[in-house]
Amino acid sequence: MSSTVDKKGKGETRRDFLYLTAAAFGAVGAGSVAWPFIHQMNPAADTLALSTTEVDLAPIEEGQAITVMWRGKPVFIRHRTAEEVERAKSDDKADLRDPETDEQRTKPGHEKWLVMVGICTHLGCVPLGQKSADVKGEYDGWFCPCHGSHYDTSGRIRKGPAPKNMAVPEYTFLTDTTIKIG
Amino acid sequence: MGSGNRKKFDNPIVEWVDSRLPVFTLMNKEYGVFPTPKNFNYLWNFGAIAMVMLITMIITGITLAMHYVPHVDHAFDSVERIMRDVNYGWMIRYLHANGASFFFIAVYIHIFRGMYYGSYKQPRELLWMLGVVIFLLLMATAFIGYVLPWGQMSFWGATVITNLFSAIPFVGDSIVTLLWGGFSVDNPTLNRFFALHYLLPFVIFAVVFLHVWALHVAGSNNPLGIEPKGEQDTLPFNPYYTMKDTFGVLVFLIVYVAFAFFMPNDLGHPDNYIPADPLVTPAHIVPEWYFLPFYAILRAVTFDIGIPFTDITIITAKLGGVLAMFGSIALLFVLPFLDKHPVRSAVFRPWFRIALFALVIATFLLGMAGGKPAEGIWLYVSQFCSVYYFGFFLAIIPFLNKYEPVEKLPPSINDAVLDKNIKANAYFYAGKVK
Repeated sequence: MSSTVDKKGKGETRRDFLYLTAAAFGAVGAGSVAWPFIHQMNPAADTLALSTTEVDLAPIEEGQAITVMWRGKPVFIRHRTAEEVERAKSDDKADLRDPETDEQRTKPGHEKWLVMVGICTHLGCVPLGQKSADVKGEYDGWFCPCHGSHYDTSGRIRKGPAPKNMAVPEYTFLTDTTIKIG
Repeated sequence: MGSGNRKKFDNPIVEWVDSRLPVFTLMNKEYGVFPTPKNFNYLWNFGAIAMVMLITMIITGITLAMHYVPHVDHAFDSVERIMRDVNYGWMIRYLHANGASFFFIAVYIHIFRGMYYGSYKQPRELLWMLGVVIFLLLMATAFIGYVLPWGQMSFWGATVITNLFSAIPFVGDSIVTLLWGGFSVDNPTLNRFFALHYLLPFVIFAVVFLHVWALHVAGSNNPLGIEPKGEQDTLPFNPYYTMKDTFGVLVFLIVYVAFAFFMPNDLGHPDNYIPADPLVTPAHIVPEWYFLPFYAILRAVTFDIGIPFTDITIITAKLGGVLAMFGSIALLFVLPFLDKHPVRSAVFRPWFRIALFALVIATFLLGMAGGKPAEGIWLYVSQFCSVYYFGFFLAIIPFLNKYEPVEKLPPSINDAVLDKNIKANAYFYAGKVK
């Protein structure tokens, strides 16, 4: 041991360097062994494979809404009335917590269709408002019964604890009456 | 655990073992002759009661695991099979489900005991902190255990609680996906929860071992909060406290089995007898009763916290609620370092006593508010009580450190026990000790 002590007395020795490199190497080694055991918890390949859903919109009457499953989550598809679209557009300028216009949340030419993940952005409950008899909240859109978040006719958060608007998933219109989500 | 000066045992087999591995010497030292303050009241039973509940939960849990199937298609049915077809399955499951509640009852009383008599103070800080770690592990275990029957409350409780982590800035959503193993609470989630629910009780057992080890280094606190000064202040643990603990455990078990046999579902929620449905959220999600005060704190934060007079939000309502909820437990963890008042026991701290009883009332009110929808009067109740909860730790305790008078303490436990005027057992009025 004593032979490695720096004769110049600077306090840094060859041994210090060896300690540091050994420790750094050990840390990288431990990390690379730990990663597979952490990453195994992430979605597996078969879970990821269930990623798209096609929906036929033809049977949905104006004013009706349906719920479909996509990646284990409910997706709300609402055929909005002209009145509801009008209300959503006029609220673009309202005081929004998560500002987004109705145009940004719909596809051009298909404004009457609102497609969004039907999960409250607070803690993940499914809001009410899909059925005509449901409570729709103060803004006539959706109401989350868990902790009282109110969403408007564009699915934007207006009141309550949720921080964000209900998410619009990636989707495309295959024809005028079919969409592919995902 | 070294043998030190080992005394020989008369029984040759015991002696043969003990001279090679001194387990009998250890047990005799820690549970036989262990000097224990002689003025314990019945609140000192709840450590032993919690230990009995832990063992009960492990035994009933392992037997249930022999019949349970951790798969979304079979979990609910396998629990119903346990209830209807497995021999004594109904009894084992009801003992396990109600056992969780009674474990928490014992632990909450144990925590109250520690706070009332200042058991967290020097030199027992680490002992207390290990206790808070056990409490956290217990909450995690209970939460994931409640998910396993895969009823509506299981599913939606799991969804709400795992979503708490999405409040963490930047990495929140990735953490939630990691916890779920998918894009929602689903089969991978149920599978890993089952694995963890089997593991965590043994982790708890290990930390309980450290907790008891730390206890046997410092020795027990007592209702007077003064250290024993010699043999006249203590009794050997056996038979005095083995008897007293056994009595307390039996009384507690009578109440517990009365629930398990005669009102097994009174502490649970009927919605959990509806199979989980990812498309329908129950109208009113509530956690198990033992989480209600913390759930109320979570929901009490309904406003964003930002820089005043700007639109900039630093902490959203959601993150604020999550921070408040975890903060309420973190405060328990650091309690030994917040409370610097030299007197331990609330018997001699009339001001602290009032503040602590108010905290107990606030916690009960939070529990009631947590079970109600977060609106109207109950929202204000939970906000008011949350403010008191945090105020107790962050304002009242520092205030008492500075201004609460230091009363004259009895000279020793023995004096207090023998002197009728001191009346050591008059826990709730200490005025006479002056």
